[in-house]
Amino acid sequence: MADESTTVVTRAPILSPALRAKILELTPRYPNKRAVTLPALHLVLEHLRCVPLQAMAEIAEVLEITPAEVHDTMSFYGFFPQAPIGDVRVWICRSLSCMLRGGDELLDHARGHLGIEPGETTPDGAITLEFAECLGVCDFAPAAVADDGRVFGPLDERKVEEMMAELKRGRKDPAS
Amino acid sequence: MAAFEPVLSRNWSVPDGHTLKVYESRGGYQAARKALASDPDSIIAQVKDSELRGRGGAGFPCGLKWTFLPKDRKETLMCINADESEPATFNNRLLMEKDPHQLIEGILISCFATRASTAYLYLRYEYIESYRILDRAIAEARAAGHLGRNIHGSGFNLDIWLHQGAGAYICGEETGLIESLEGKRGWPRIKPPFPAIEGAFRKPTVVNNVETLCCVPHIIERGASWFKSIGPAKSHGPKLYCVSGHVEKQVCVELPLGVSTRTLIEEHSGGVWKGRKAKMAVPGGISMGLLSASELDVPLDFESLRGPGCLGLGTAAVTVMDDQTSIVDYLYNTCRFFAHESCGQCTPCREGTSWFYKTIKRIKAGGGRLEDLDVMLHMAENMGIIPGTTICGLADGAAWPVKNAIVKYRDEFESHIKSKVSVQALPTPLQERIGHGLRADVGGSTLLPVLPAAAVRLEPGNREPHM
Ligand SMILES: Cc1cc2nc3c(=O)[nH]c(=O)nc-3n(C[C@H](O)[C@H](O)[C@H](O)COP(=O)(O)O)c2cc1C
Ligand code: SF4
Ligand code: FES
Repeated sequence: MADESTTVVTRAPILSPALRAKILELTPRYPNKRAVTLPALHLVLEHLRCVPLQAMAEIAEVLEITPAEVHDTMSFYGFFPQAPIGDVRVWICRSLSCMLRGGDELLDHARGHLGIEPGETTPDGAITLEFAECLGVCDFAPAAVADDGRVFGPLDERKVEEMMAELKRGRKDPAS
Repeated sequence: MAAFEPVLSRNWSVPDGHTLKVYESRGGYQAARKALASDPDSIIAQVKDSELRGRGGAGFPCGLKWTFLPKDRKETLMCINADESEPATFNNRLLMEKDPHQLIEGILISCFATRASTAYLYLRYEYIESYRILDRAIAEARAAGHLGRNIHGSGFNLDIWLHQGAGAYICGEETGLIESLEGKRGWPRIKPPFPAIEGAFRKPTVVNNVETLCCVPHIIERGASWFKSIGPAKSHGPKLYCVSGHVEKQVCVELPLGVSTRTLIEEHSGGVWKGRKAKMAVPGGISMGLLSASELDVPLDFESLRGPGCLGLGTAAVTVMDDQTSIVDYLYNTCRFFAHESCGQCTPCREGTSWFYKTIKRIKAGGGRLEDLDVMLHMAENMGIIPGTTICGLADGAAWPVKNAIVKYRDEFESHIKSKVSVQALPTPLQERIGHGLRADVGGSTLLPVLPAAAVRLEPGNREPHM
């Protein structure tokens, strides 16, 4: 334990004071600080496009829990990559209603079109491609969702290519 | 039958129906004012009288669940289950995006009834647009005094906090959701204690689905007997049915409980696509099993689906499959889903779901054996909370599609297995022996395989290898 805390202190912090403040701002909502683990992971992911090991230890420090507890939670979800993802993350659905309308083939087409495997990022850092189980947009099946909130569907091969071109133009987050 | 008047979706096509102004102009928050002026127990009594059953999948009577809260509790928490991840289900998303204030009003009344002054709305991460809309709507409601301190002078306080998930299906299970909310991995808890007694942060907790809560303002406004006048016995009220897959129009429609899959296909979804015929349909999200073409007239309600051997109504999300769909492809997709989503806590589920997936994958690749079908059936009958071998119902949801598919389409599986033999896909001798229930026999010995000495690395301070 002693070793671990020295590692954290000796390196320059990854989480900016503003980000730490944002995390701490959420703590009054819950009976304990540990409950802020997922919101904190989301905030870090949003700012850094990944959650490196050191950021995880720093979240633990802010929430006054152990790095192992944060790691345990984080690794369960398989949602928080340790290396940066692309500017926009896009999930293509592979569950039943989409599959029946060609979802698996479209994922394969996207893979070929971008030249990367699901879980990888295009060399220009623009797009991270992932598969997903039902995205809850089956009324647009076969469908995809980008992490700026855009929903694409019903897709076909041409529309997958158009979607990728659109995504390469950048995120469409609403002005906040 | 008298024409059915949609209530849950009544604002969906109204311009700006998601704003507070429009919601209020259409009678919104009147039910909440009425409720707040009465007393909590009478609200619980009305919900109980309406026989509203949970829309999240289990169909448990909502009012009854609220009465399980300990009488002498100091604090109550509410969790709104908006994790909606059951494949083919998207009605909660529409409820949140098209009429968020209806949900907020439902939460307000339900929290008042159960005396909860903190509500956590656990929202699946992928519902990014829903998050934005809810975030805005909660701020609007707070500014207008529908949330916050001393709401409408009643002395009742309520905060609603949005809490985003992170892509795990199991966090929709109520105790998985609670664990996840607490900042832990989403491992369902062993019950009892049920959440009403000891839930989030060890406090009495009410967990309800979005659609369940959206029914509440209408029950308060129009009365329990109005609610009970809709739908068949034991399945009252309006229901949002999602229809997707091989139909002309993939839709979400509000109808009384108890409509049939055939009605949904023919009258609401423009028929099976491309002029084809339906071969089968999933009745309520993939966990519920499978209806064959001859079972499409079974009413989709809480009671009737056991007749054709399905698990239940689930989320009433129908996926239609046309006559060119292979039963093998259906089961492959379903097994892949559950193998991916099992949380890994219980051996029958963790091992069973991946065994199903590996087996169906091999069958699909042309390396199936007829005995595989019986092994799968045997396993399906022995995993889940119904046979009593697992902590949560994910395992039942994984087993049901296997059971229904093999029982209802055995001939098709058999002819697929017989006609497609691919040497590469054949099982290995080890798999064969495990499949026959024999001890793994590697290298002719009857002992369990032993690692060769070179493979055992002894680390300093590690006196014995962990075997
Ligand atoms: C594996 C699994 C996944 C579930 N997913 C959801 C879900 O996404 N949304 C939901 O409301 N209920 C889900 N449930 C049901 C919940 O455990 C719980 O019964 C429900 O939220 C209670 O609310 P209700 O009584 O209003 O339906 C799931 C159950 C299981 C076993
Ligand atoms: S049944 Fe499956 S998903 Fe549910 S707790 Fe057990 S392992 Fe996890
Ligand atoms: S099955 Fe693909 S979005 Fe639901």
